[in-house]
Amino acid sequence: MNQPEQTNTTWLFEITPKNKFFSLNLKEVWQYRDLLMLFVKRDVVTVYKQTVLGPLWYLIQPLFTSVTFTIVFNNLAGISTGNVPPFLFNLASITVWNYFSTCLSGTSNTFGNNAGIFGKVYFPRIIAPLTTVISNLVKLVIQLLIFLGFFVYFYKDGAAISFNKWTFFLPFVILIMGVLGLGLGMIISSMVTKYRDLMYLIGFGVQLLMYISGVFYPMSLIASKMPKYAWIIVYNPVAYIIETSRFMLLSVGELPFAGMAYTTIVTIIIFLVGVLLFNRTEKRFIDTV
Amino acid sequence: MKNIILKAENISKQYRLGQVGMGSLSHDLNRWWHQVRGKEDPYLKIGDINDRSTKAESDYVWALQEINFEVERGEVLGIIGKNGAGKSTLLKILSRVTAPTTGSIKFGGRVASLLEVGTGFNGEMTGRENIYLNGAILGMTKKEIASKLDEIIEFSGCERYIDTPVKRYSSGMYVRLAFAVAAFLEPEILIIDEVLAVGDAEFQKKAIGKMQDISREGGRTVLFVSHNMAAIKQLCTKAIVLEYGSVVFEGNTSEGIDYYLQSNQYDGYVGTYINEAIEESGFISLAIVDKNGAIRTEFGYDELITIKIRVQVVEKHLNSHLSFRVLDKNERIIFTSEIKLISEIDKEGVYEFDVDLPQQFLVPNKFNLTFGMHVPNVELIDFLEECLSFEIVETGSDFHIYGSADYGCVFVNCNWNLIK
Repeated sequence: MNQPEQTNTTWLFEITPKNKFFSLNLKEVWQYRDLLMLFVKRDVVTVYKQTVLGPLWYLIQPLFTSVTFTIVFNNLAGISTGNVPPFLFNLASITVWNYFSTCLSGTSNTFGNNAGIFGKVYFPRIIAPLTTVISNLVKLVIQLLIFLGFFVYFYKDGAAISFNKWTFFLPFVILIMGVLGLGLGMIISSMVTKYRDLMYLIGFGVQLLMYISGVFYPMSLIASKMPKYAWIIVYNPVAYIIETSRFMLLSVGELPFAGMAYTTIVTIIIFLVGVLLFNRTEKRFIDTV
Repeated sequence: MKNIILKAENISKQYRLGQVGMGSLSHDLNRWWHQVRGKEDPYLKIGDINDRSTKAESDYVWALQEINFEVERGEVLGIIGKNGAGKSTLLKILSRVTAPTTGSIKFGGRVASLLEVGTGFNGEMTGRENIYLNGAILGMTKKEIASKLDEIIEFSGCERYIDTPVKRYSSGMYVRLAFAVAAFLEPEILIIDEVLAVGDAEFQKKAIGKMQDISREGGRTVLFVSHNMAAIKQLCTKAIVLEYGSVVFEGNTSEGIDYYLQSNQYDGYVGTYINEAIEESGFISLAIVDKNGAIRTEFGYDELITIKIRVQVVEKHLNSHLSFRVLDKNERIIFTSEIKLISEIDKEGVYEFDVDLPQQFLVPNKFNLTFGMHVPNVELIDFLEECLSFEIVETGSDFHIYGSADYGCVFVNCNWNLIK
């Protein structure tokens, strides 16, 4: 029968060797939104299962780090935080920094961590790093509530701290931070699937990044003390995020408008590059992971 | 007019052998350099067929080569092939876990794939939570799962434990729950890897039944990979046979199974024995053949198996007996068969016997054959211990639902008389 091929089939989708150069299939991600939410729930709920203190662990870590930082950097090394109580200064910075660093380190081995599940079933791969970013957001909100508690305590104690109108823009800064962590994480995760060298870098790289992101000192400090090396901070988008959120939470320092604009642009570029690399990797990583 | 829902065109898949290191980095750089200059990938031109027993000539191997097939709506396609034929690779490509090196596949409907049961199960979460999670991973929405939750729990038979973390489950319960979720998937195309080979006999029966429902009543298209010829025969309406990464047969299911059994003889079995340097009496050659006289080592349970025996007899051994014995892989002796030569022949020479084994007699298993020529209680003239071996494959006996459970050595048709 040499009839023309069937005409009654419209192809829903096609599998080809290569992805389009750039494709972020938001429609498909939206179809899988339930999966995303269930993954987030899994991450949030199961982290501290079978522990006595449970979710309290979310709070213990930033509190202890802040106390340590206050003792080491403020009391011992004598870094001045102006009128703001050093503990609160550190708590604000660490809460925000933690979000960025957990997003980055959590997403940077997406393919490796999920190889088991990615090897058996298809869903938009970007769901996995998105899960990390969103479940860390839940953690961030809990930690911000704790910050709020201490804020009120210190405020009643007469400390010179206050919110300001910019505080309402905190969600925007958090969004930028999440997207930046996601973008960087996707770039790294795409590169480590075949050659794992970068994975070793990431472990201590994140630690080193903290030191040049102004987590336990104001940006102005480095400009006045080491003007020669100030560029390290000036070009670091994370530093602006920390500085800005500290301003929003404590009204300390100044709002770096230009810096935030620069950060936003860098974030968008990194995110796009991340999506591009992630796309190229997701189709075939299972052969090389 | 054919209503084609899945169309695979020229799919090939190349893998690189060996380890990832500096060597592969140089290949990657070379490939990238070719790409920059707009040239073809230099490594696509080379590559061996995927026969793992031979030494490779290059670092690249083609796990699949130019696979073409079509599946019509409502069809149940069985994919058959021995280990390493490329079944799993094909499934991975079809379920979008990895991409083909060349070629394309077009889909005309939603796809769900079951390459394992319980993908993404989290031990810390309860059965109920895992139903939601696993369902979502397989592509269901929360709403769909919620509407089927009661059915899923009932099908799994884990009602009592549904709010207990699954890490406390027995492995059987775990599998039941996982399969139950999968059984209620409702995609237009379902891709299944041997997930039926799990659970106890009762559950397997339930699972096969459910699969039949899915394909028959649901009118859904199913792609099914299995070593279980009985399941293939029962479920599939069409089959393709893969060999060394290529499709060697496409068509009717039972013809496909026959083709597979005839062509894909497992190297581990011995179908022939030859010893032409016999001085006095003894076996010259032995062979296991099918109804067409071809030497084979794998047979369906209902196929005719013939043992060809060529034997040399000298005058003084005319009073000897020829015998052979069938043993299963556990060294259980199933039966022994022998003849008195004197009743068949009266002078020395070379003789040939064909021994037909009864059909639908041996149960699916691996068997060895031991041959002997002896004068009872006097002399052992020739003795060949387990010199031939063959396998009976489950191709749809009444007992196939029990999988590999041990239900005896032979099939026996007893008379069941209803008295009251």
